[in-house]
Amino acid sequence: MSTLELTSVSRWFGNVVAVNDVTMTIGPGVTGLLGPNGAGKSTLLAMMSGFLAPSSGTVTLDGAPVWRNPSIYSQIGIVPEAEALYDAMTAGQFVEANARLHGLPQPREAARAAIDAVDMTFAVDRTVGTFSKGMKQRIKMATALVHSPAVLLLDEPFNGMDPRQRMHLLELLHRLGDEGRTVLFSSHILEEVEDIAGTIEVVVAGRQAASGDFRSIRRLMTQRPHQYAISSSDNRALAAAIIADGTADAVSVSADAVVVQASNFGAFVHALPRLALSHDIELHDVTPADESLESVFTYLVSR
Amino acid sequence: MNAVVMRLALQAVVGRRRVWLLVALVAVLLVVAFLTRWGSGGREESTAAMMVNFGIGTLVPVMCLLIGTGVIAPEIEDGSVVYVLAKPLRRGAIAASKLVVAQLVALVFTVGAVVLATEVAGDADGQLAAAFAVTTALASLTYTTVFFAVAILSKSPTISGLLYALVWEGSLAGYVPGVRDLSVRQWALAPAERMLEDVYTVNVHSDVSITMGALLMVATMVVALVLAVRRLARLNVRVAD
Repeated sequence: MSTLELTSVSRWFGNVVAVNDVTMTIGPGVTGLLGPNGAGKSTLLAMMSGFLAPSSGTVTLDGAPVWRNPSIYSQIGIVPEAEALYDAMTAGQFVEANARLHGLPQPREAARAAIDAVDMTFAVDRTVGTFSKGMKQRIKMATALVHSPAVLLLDEPFNGMDPRQRMHLLELLHRLGDEGRTVLFSSHILEEVEDIAGTIEVVVAGRQAASGDFRSIRRLMTQRPHQYAISSSDNRALAAAIIADGTADAVSVSADAVVVQASNFGAFVHALPRLALSHDIELHDVTPADESLESVFTYLVSR
Repeated sequence: MNAVVMRLALQAVVGRRRVWLLVALVAVLLVVAFLTRWGSGGREESTAAMMVNFGIGTLVPVMCLLIGTGVIAPEIEDGSVVYVLAKPLRRGAIAASKLVVAQLVALVFTVGAVVLATEVAGDADGQLAAAFAVTTALASLTYTTVFFAVAILSKSPTISGLLYALVWEGSLAGYVPGVRDLSVRQWALAPAERMLEDVYTVNVHSDVSITMGALLMVATMVVALVLAVRRLARLNVRVAD
């Protein structure tokens, strides 16, 4: 049972505040750190893995500080971002070297077990320099697991993976979470996080936007009203019709567009063509507003 | 000190292309030594002048730069140093392990090259070789430590190191009085001056006393090592983009 605690953690680089007063507890099981690019996920992970000091606040693992405390690495497994490995070694030698650096009593066996766990047994005697990106990623995973750590930190591990690799990693992380380990991975794709994370921590622009299981996060996101920009042959008449109809929450008119906010967008998209037809209005353009994760996240923060 | 770190460091500095560069530098020194002999007929004054200015003054620091940075700079640059740092090892132990390997390799290359070149160029009963061996050993220890620290502290260790090695030590320390007092070359030459006192044909001179030179070298190494370990403990190997 290992718990990572972040207490009022902030990190700034000169004038840029990358992480702003974040407090969270990461416990056993799989936790997903969700947020758009530039939200501060990597900075948070760097601080949690002891490679970056918080500008203020503390990061502790079971009460012990993570910064300037190398002994913590026997309990933390990190999947590094670095593309480069020790290219001249074989997979087996490389993972075994990592095992020895951890001071494990049986480094060769531990290395073998880790390589088996990531399905790389077939390549154990092949030189790392010859590996594909996906294979290197799995070897990196093996080095993060070889010492059987209680905590595993992964930064955007699904990036660039094909569906089969994704499935493998999902299964692996799921298994590790079931074993009671504390697994934290970051992503900017909600679906990735939903698949296995028991808890989701949403981070936007350095702030903690939401925290909870994926159902509650989904609910928060879908509560967000949908926006549409409509241009037609008679915007004012259309706007009046929409208001009268009642499927929209808010309607605003300008010279070139009618902007509609509708939380019950299902009913609205059915009503719109009906209204246009019955009022003899031609619809030129119906554009849903920015559906990017960014805007969703921003909405979550502003709540 | 950690045996695995040492083994990895040895592979890094001797296993890569870098080692051929070192061999090439040794070859250059030997060629120059041969030319010196050819031009001077093997007179020890010429040997001494060439060794002090070129061999010890320029080539030795450059070789120590290659070796001192070679045990750590490539890994910091490509991020693979994380595999050593994300382990329950004291940063001082990591630094010491890498540095010891660098020192041993540097000693072999530098002292070996200098002694060989001295004999090729023309010696006086091995006295020059002995004196320069001592100088080179001391210089090598100091330079390697300094460049090891530079590799950790600087974003472009090779450039900074080359500038220092070629401009400060290789050139200025040969004739600018103020610079001479602050150069490793002069500190390391102090024992050689004493050892070659009786060889009246040769005029090897050092601006500092042996004691002063030794003190300065030790102080430099200690400061470099302390700074290096401190920085290593704070190194942010970005976990991600």
